[in-house]
Amino acid sequence: MKLTDLTAVELGRKIKKGEATAVEAVEAVLAEIKEKEESLHAYITIEAEKAVEKAKAVQKRIEKGELLHPLAGVPMAVKDNLCTEGIRTTCGSRMLEGFVPGYSAEAVRRLEAAGAVMLGKTNMDEFAMGSTTETSAFGATKNPRNTEYVPGGSSGGSCAAVAAKECFFALGSDTGGSIRQPSAYCGVTGFKPTYGTVSRYGLIAYGSSLEQIGPIGKDVRDCSVILETISGYDEKDSTSIKREDTDFSTVLTKDAKGLRIGIPRNYFSEGLDDEVGEAVLDGARFLKEQGAVLEEFDLGLTEYAIPAYYVIASAEASSNLGRFDGVKYGYRAMEYEGLHNMYKKSRSQGFGKEVKRRILLGSFVLSAGYYEAYYLKALKTKALIKREFDRAFERYDMILSPVAPATAPRLGESLKEPLKMYLSDVYTVSVNLAGLPGLSLPWGQDKKGLPIGVQLIGNAFGEKKLLQAAYALEQGLSICTKSSAEMGLR
Amino acid sequence: MANRISAGEMEYAGILAKLSLTPEEQKEAGKDLEQMLNYIDKLNELNTEDIEPMFHVFPVCNVFRNDEARPYEGGRNKILENAPEKREGRFVVPKTVE
Amino acid sequence: MHKKQCGNGVEMKQYEIVIGLEVHVELATKTKIFCSCSTQFGGEPNTHTCPVCTGMPGTLPALNKKVVEYAVAVGLATNCEITRYSRFDRKNYFYPDNSQNYQISQLYLPICKNGGIEIETAEGKKTVGIHEIHMEEDAGKLVHDEKRNCSYVDYNRSGVPLIEIVSEPDMGSADEVIAYLEKLRLIICYLGASDCKLQEGSMRADINLSVREAGVKKLGTRTEMKNLNSFRAIRRAIEGEKERQIALLEEGKKVIQETRRWDDGKGISYPMRSKEDARDYRYFPEPDLAPLVIEEEWLENIRERQPELRDEKMERYAREYDLPEYDISILTSAKKLADIFEAATALCQKPKKVSNWLMVETMRLLREREMDAEELSFSPGHLAGLIELVDGKTISGTVAKEVFEKIFDEDIEPKTYIEEKGLKTVKDESAIKEAVRRVIEENPQPVADYKGGKTKAMGFLTGQAMKAMKGKADPSAINKILLELLS
Repeated sequence: MKLTDLTAVELGRKIKKGEATAVEAVEAVLAEIKEKEESLHAYITIEAEKAVEKAKAVQKRIEKGELLHPLAGVPMAVKDNLCTEGIRTTCGSRMLEGFVPGYSAEAVRRLEAAGAVMLGKTNMDEFAMGSTTETSAFGATKNPRNTEYVPGGSSGGSCAAVAAKECFFALGSDTGGSIRQPSAYCGVTGFKPTYGTVSRYGLIAYGSSLEQIGPIGKDVRDCSVILETISGYDEKDSTSIKREDTDFSTVLTKDAKGLRIGIPRNYFSEGLDDEVGEAVLDGARFLKEQGAVLEEFDLGLTEYAIPAYYVIASAEASSNLGRFDGVKYGYRAMEYEGLHNMYKKSRSQGFGKEVKRRILLGSFVLSAGYYEAYYLKALKTKALIKREFDRAFERYDMILSPVAPATAPRLGESLKEPLKMYLSDVYTVSVNLAGLPGLSLPWGQDKKGLPIGVQLIGNAFGEKKLLQAAYALEQGLSICTKSSAEMGLR
Repeated sequence: MANRISAGEMEYAGILAKLSLTPEEQKEAGKDLEQMLNYIDKLNELNTEDIEPMFHVFPVCNVFRNDEARPYEGGRNKILENAPEKREGRFVVPKTVE
Repeated sequence: MHKKQCGNGVEMKQYEIVIGLEVHVELATKTKIFCSCSTQFGGEPNTHTCPVCTGMPGTLPALNKKVVEYAVAVGLATNCEITRYSRFDRKNYFYPDNSQNYQISQLYLPICKNGGIEIETAEGKKTVGIHEIHMEEDAGKLVHDEKRNCSYVDYNRSGVPLIEIVSEPDMGSADEVIAYLEKLRLIICYLGASDCKLQEGSMRADINLSVREAGVKKLGTRTEMKNLNSFRAIRRAIEGEKERQIALLEEGKKVIQETRRWDDGKGISYPMRSKEDARDYRYFPEPDLAPLVIEEEWLENIRERQPELRDEKMERYAREYDLPEYDISILTSAKKLADIFEAATALCQKPKKVSNWLMVETMRLLREREMDAEELSFSPGHLAGLIELVDGKTISGTVAKEVFEKIFDEDIEPKTYIEEKGLKTVKDESAIKEAVRRVIEENPQPVADYKGGKTKAMGFLTGQAMKAMKGKADPSAINKILLELLS
C-alpha cells in the first residue's frame, strides 16, 4: 500500500508512531503531483520547496512531542480564495495573478498551527463564481475519474486534488454548493458547515452571507477532524459563532438507529438523472437497514432557491469585488486616462466574463428603484425557505437528497448556457440560504464511471448528527463502490 | 413580464460597477441580464407580504471588539507590497482632482 | 429675513434661507471602528494601517464597542431616541480614499434619531431638531502632486470612527448655525466623545442650504456645501451660497440640487460633479456585521456614566459656589476650564479666587498664545498652591502673575519654583527701608509733589519701591515705611 492511499487521520497516526515522516508524506504527494498534475491541473500554485521545509520543521516538533494533533505532518491543499501569508493567492483570477497576502485565513492558520503542511493552492472558478472550475483564469481542472469531464466547482481543484491523492485533504469554500457538488463529481467527501461555524477571515468574499469554508477529505472521519480543527469563534469574523459542541470527531459511531431522515419527494421528480436518483435512494435504503427511519415529504419552495440565491450572491459580490480597483493590489491596466478610466479598464481586463456578468447583475439589483423589488424580495424568499427547513426539522433529524441533478458534465458543455449551469445548483443552494450544514458523500457511480454523491442536510448546528449518519452511511460504501474505489486514476 | 434592458441601462450598470464593455459585450451582457431577470421574476409568484427580509440567518447580535490598539505586525511594507504603484509610503493613483 | 434692494431703491422680493447641517465628528477612541489600528493623528503615511482598513481581500470588520457607546452617549445628550435594533449598511462608491470602495455606514436604522438641542442667539432661544445620528468610518487622505499629475493615498485615517449628526432644516442664519455648532461641540467635548477641532478636521460640517420666498411653506431646492474648516469659512460660505441662489432665482433660473465645494481662499464654491459619479450608492445591510441590540441595561449603564453637561453644571455652580452668572458662563464655556476650576477649588476652597485666575490671567494667556481652552494642560493643584502662597503673603500679587505664567506654560510647582528663584516676599524691614530711601533720593520731584499735598504721588513712589524690590515685597509694608520716612 502506498502512503498516499492512507486517509489523513491514518497518515497522522503513522507519523506519530514513527512509521512515516511528514517529509516522506510530502514527498509521496509531490510524486503523485508530478505524475498527474499535467493532465489534471488541480493546482494553481505548488510550493514544493516550502512544503518540504515546513514538513521538516513539523517533523522535529512531532518528535519532540510538541505537536500532538491528529493532522500534524499531514500534507494539505488550500483553495486559492483563502489567503495564505507569503504565498500568492489568485482567486482563480487574472485580477490577483501576483497577489501575495501579508496574512493567512484563520482556517488555514488553525490547520498550520495544528501541524498540517500546505502544499499549494488549488484551482477554482474565478472568484468562486461557477460550477465547473472552467471559469478559472488559469485554465480548467479535469476530473480525475475521467479527464474529459469537469471536476465540478467552484472548489474543483481541491476536490480533484483529494480524489487524485495529490494531497491528503483540502479546504474549499461553499457559497451555493461549491464544496458539495465537486465532491460529488470527484467522488470525495465534502462538508459545508453551519453558517458561522468556521471563521471567514481571509476567505476572499463572494457572497458573504452565504459562504462557509469547509473540509474536503477522503472520508467522514477526516472531514470531522479537519472541521473540528478549523471551527470556533474568531474575533476577526463577527459572523462566526461561539459554540461549544465542536468536538466533531467524537461522534463517529456507525450507529444510525432511530435517526429520522426525511427524503424530499420533489427533489426526485423532474430534472433528476435516473442513475443519480437510483443511487441516492440506494444510499437511503442502506441507512434504513442500519436502523434509520425514512420518510418522504414535500420540501416547499425549492424552485425559488436559485433565483433568490443569484440575487443575493450577485448583490453581495458586486460590493465585495469593488475593492479590486487597481489601487492597492492586483491588476492595473497598462494604459488609461484618468482615475475612472483606470478603474474601468483594470476591472474589465482583470475580471473574466462570468465575474463581470454577476457584478453587473448585482449592481443592477441594488440600484435605485430595484433594491426592494429584487434584493429585499430575495431576502424575504430566503426567510420563507428557512421556514420550510425549520418545519422539516421539526420532524426529521436530517434530510437526504442528491447533490446535483446529474454526474459531471463534459468539459466545455456548461459555459455555453449560464442559466442551465446555475440550475444545476438546485439541490445545494437552499442549504446556503438557510445557513445549514450539508455534506456530500460518494455513493456509487453511473454507467460512464462517474461518481455520484449523496447529500445529507442537517439542522442548524446539527453537525454531530450529520457526521454520525454520514459515518454510518460510509460503512456501506465498501459494498456499493468497490469498483469505483479500485478504479482510481489510471 | 419580459425584462428589457436598454443600452442606457447597461451603460449605467457599467458606471456603477466600473466596467467598460465593448458594444458587442454590452449587447451580450444585456441579453444575459434580461434572461436572468426574467428568471428572477419567478420570485414574484411568492406572496411575501408581512415577511421580514432575512439579513442574517441566525439572530446573533452585539458582536464587539474592545478598544485596544494592536498594530499590524506586517507593518507598512506588507501593506504596500502588492501596490501596482507606490511612492514614499503611499499608494499612487491618477490625479483625483482636475 | 433678507431684503434685497435694487439700485433704484425699488424693493424686491424677500427671501429667507433654510439651513440644515450634517456634522461629522471623529470619536475619541483609541482604535479605529473596525480594526485595532491606532487612531492617533499624524504619523508617517500608512503606518496606522492593517489589512482591514486598507481593504485587503478576505478581511472583515470587527466593531469597536466604544464607538457604539460614544454614539449613544451623544444621542442621549442631544435628546435623541436610541434605536433599540440598529444595523450597519454598505454605501457603495468608487474613490481611492475609500479602500473597499464601499463605506460602512448606517442608512436604514441609524443608532439615534429624533432629538434636538436648544440654541441661543441675539434673536433669542430656539430648538434645532436632530434628525438622526449614525456611525460610520472615515476615509483615507489624498494628496495631489501637480508635477507628476497623480494623487497619493494614505489610509491612516481610513476607518477612524465618525458619527454623523444630521440636523433638521431648522436654522435660518449663519448666527444660528454657529450657535448650533458651538453647542454641539460643547456637548460632545463635555462627554469626552471627541475633541471637536474644526481646524484639524475632527469636527466637520456640511451645509445644506436652500432659499425660498418669505411666507412660502415649500422648501426650495437645496445644495450641499463641503470643505468648511472654520467658523469664518462657514459664515462666508452661507453668505455666498445665499447670494448665489437668490441671484439664480432672481434671474428666473433654477437651483440645481448638487454638492459644492467651498474654496475659502477665493471665497467661492464649485460644483463637485462628474459623469462618473452615479450618486446611486446601492446601500444594503452589511452582511459582515451583526446587528446591534441596545438593551435597557446597557442604555442605563451609559446613562449613569454620562458626565454632567454644561447646563447642569451651571446650575450647580450657582448653587454650590455662589459665583456671579458671568463667571459661571466663562468657567463652563470649555470642559477643560470647568475641570480645572473644580479641581483647584476642591484643593483650596476658594472658588472666587480660582475663578478670577481662570477668567483673567488664563484667558489673557490663551489669547496671547492663540490656544483653545481645551488645550490647557497645567495641574489644578499648582493653581491652588499659587493661591495659597498669595493668601499667605508668601509672594506678592505681582510675583504671582509671573509665577502663574510659568505654571500655564510649563506647569511648574509654584512653591519649589519661588524657592529656587528667590521670589519670596522680603520680610526684612531694613532691606525695604533701604530701597525706599533710595527711591526718595532718586525722585525729588514726586517727593516734593507729595509733600505739597499731591497724594497721588504716593502711588508712584510705592510702585518705584516695589520695582526696586523686584516685586518681592508686601505693598502695605512699603507704604508704611514710605509714610514713615516722608513724614
